[in-house]
Amino acid sequence: MNKPKLKKWKEPINISNYPLGATCESNHLVSINAGWRTYRPVINQDKCVKCLRCFLVCPDGVIDKSKELLEIDYDYCKGCGVCAYECKFDAIDMVKEEK
Amino acid sequence: MNNKFINGDDAVAEGVRLARPHVISAYPITPQTITVERLSEFVEDKSLDSIYMHVESEHSALACAIGVSSVGARAFTATSSQGLLYMAENLPYASGARLPIVMMNANRALATPWNIYGDQMDSMFLLNSGWIQVYVEDAQEALDMMIQAYRIAEDKNVMTPMMVNLDGFVLTHTYELVDIPSQELVDSFLPPITMPNNSMSIENPKSLCISAGNDFNMEFKIKQENDMKNSISTIEQIDKEFEKVFGRGYNGMLEEYMTKDADAILITTGSITGTTRIVVDNMRKIGKKVGLIKLRYLRPFPDEYIRKAVENIKSVGIIDKNISFGYEGTIFTNVNSALVHLEKTPNMHNFIGGLGGRDITKQNLEDAFNSLLLSANGEKQDRIMYMNVRCQND
Ligand code: SF4
Ligand code: SF4
Repeated sequence: MNKPKLKKWKEPINISNYPLGATCESNHLVSINAGWRTYRPVINQDKCVKCLRCFLVCPDGVIDKSKELLEIDYDYCKGCGVCAYECKFDAIDMVKEEK
Repeated sequence: MNNKFINGDDAVAEGVRLARPHVISAYPITPQTITVERLSEFVEDKSLDSIYMHVESEHSALACAIGVSSVGARAFTATSSQGLLYMAENLPYASGARLPIVMMNANRALATPWNIYGDQMDSMFLLNSGWIQVYVEDAQEALDMMIQAYRIAEDKNVMTPMMVNLDGFVLTHTYELVDIPSQELVDSFLPPITMPNNSMSIENPKSLCISAGNDFNMEFKIKQENDMKNSISTIEQIDKEFEKVFGRGYNGMLEEYMTKDADAILITTGSITGTTRIVVDNMRKIGKKVGLIKLRYLRPFPDEYIRKAVENIKSVGIIDKNISFGYEGTIFTNVNSALVHLEKTPNMHNFIGGLGGRDITKQNLEDAFNSLLLSANGEKQDRIMYMNVRCQND
């Protein structure tokens, strides 16, 4: 999957070692962020025609199209269901997360 | 020497031209208008190689400046009064991102009752915005501070936006003989901008104005506070260097005038300092031991210097051209807080005046000094006194 790699953030020991201003290098992800998902979107690859509608509408940009089949990055998908709602081919099911 | 007879707004524009910002984004508002008109003329006649962005509001003016500064370019904006308040949302974005933007603010009354004349309610509102605030006494200092401001803001230890305040009309529209330094001299003093690592480019993409949760947010703010406090030494050193290069300096954070043996002093900011100097001179001639402190910077606040300057003085008056409704003048509060560390504090009095552009006359200042001298002599005087009021304050 073509996604930014997690980079470990080394917590500064001194205040002076904090970054200057609220600016950081892009694609700098320090933690996964998907804990609030109640339903997970699951692509039914048999139905999917790869029209890329879900890819375009996903508000978090977590649908990856770099491989043969579409893939959802569950580390960052928030489970909003926009993709499933927008898919014209009913190719995405929202499946209850089991904890 | 290249002397020109110009007003304070013109002087700011000349200073900005010499500082060569890459982009100017501003919305005209009285009494700042002449400055931005001049700058647009300079861009038009190519005597200033900048991009002038005509924005539709002050909010956008500062938003543009933030964008400009985020890619490591030099930005200028200017505003006044309600315009500054309209910008307010963006001020902490600029300071939190540590972007060295320079802004001119023409101090003007706030609504309502609304008017266009000078007081200092507007900038006091934004004292907590994380911007360095300097107040100038005359047009020459206004020009000089535009040049100094970029050096200070862009210093790698400071990296903080700076607001240069000049009193509406009294400075912005009053003509004085102003020395315009040569471009060569300014270039030798103010190098091209370099940003440490908080700016971005195509090769070096950045996420700007990121969020930091309750786990790390506070440390960013403490760093900002530390750097702002430490900027005092940089401000002083740059002022000294300026004096070497240009032959005039401003005594860093504050200037003491006839304070050494004084019984009573007034603390002033901005243009009222000039009038107060004359009153001090006149009263000294008749043997009254009075003096003044011209407070130049309100943020960072020079508390240590104030303590040193007043420790042997019997009574101190602070002129506030603002009210923090429900309490007192804002500068008064700040100065008092600086003095609690003294073993013996002077008698402290607050003179609130000049609101909505009301004159503070020489006579008003003399009255204030006389009241302070009475206080120094042990006669009780009010803690807060209003200057030049039309009727009884029942
Ligand atoms: S919208 Fe539906 S059909 Fe189109 S790519 Fe996404 S899952 Fe496949
Ligand atoms: S559920 Fe929402 S966040 Fe997750 S992939 Fe679909 S649109 Fe994106």
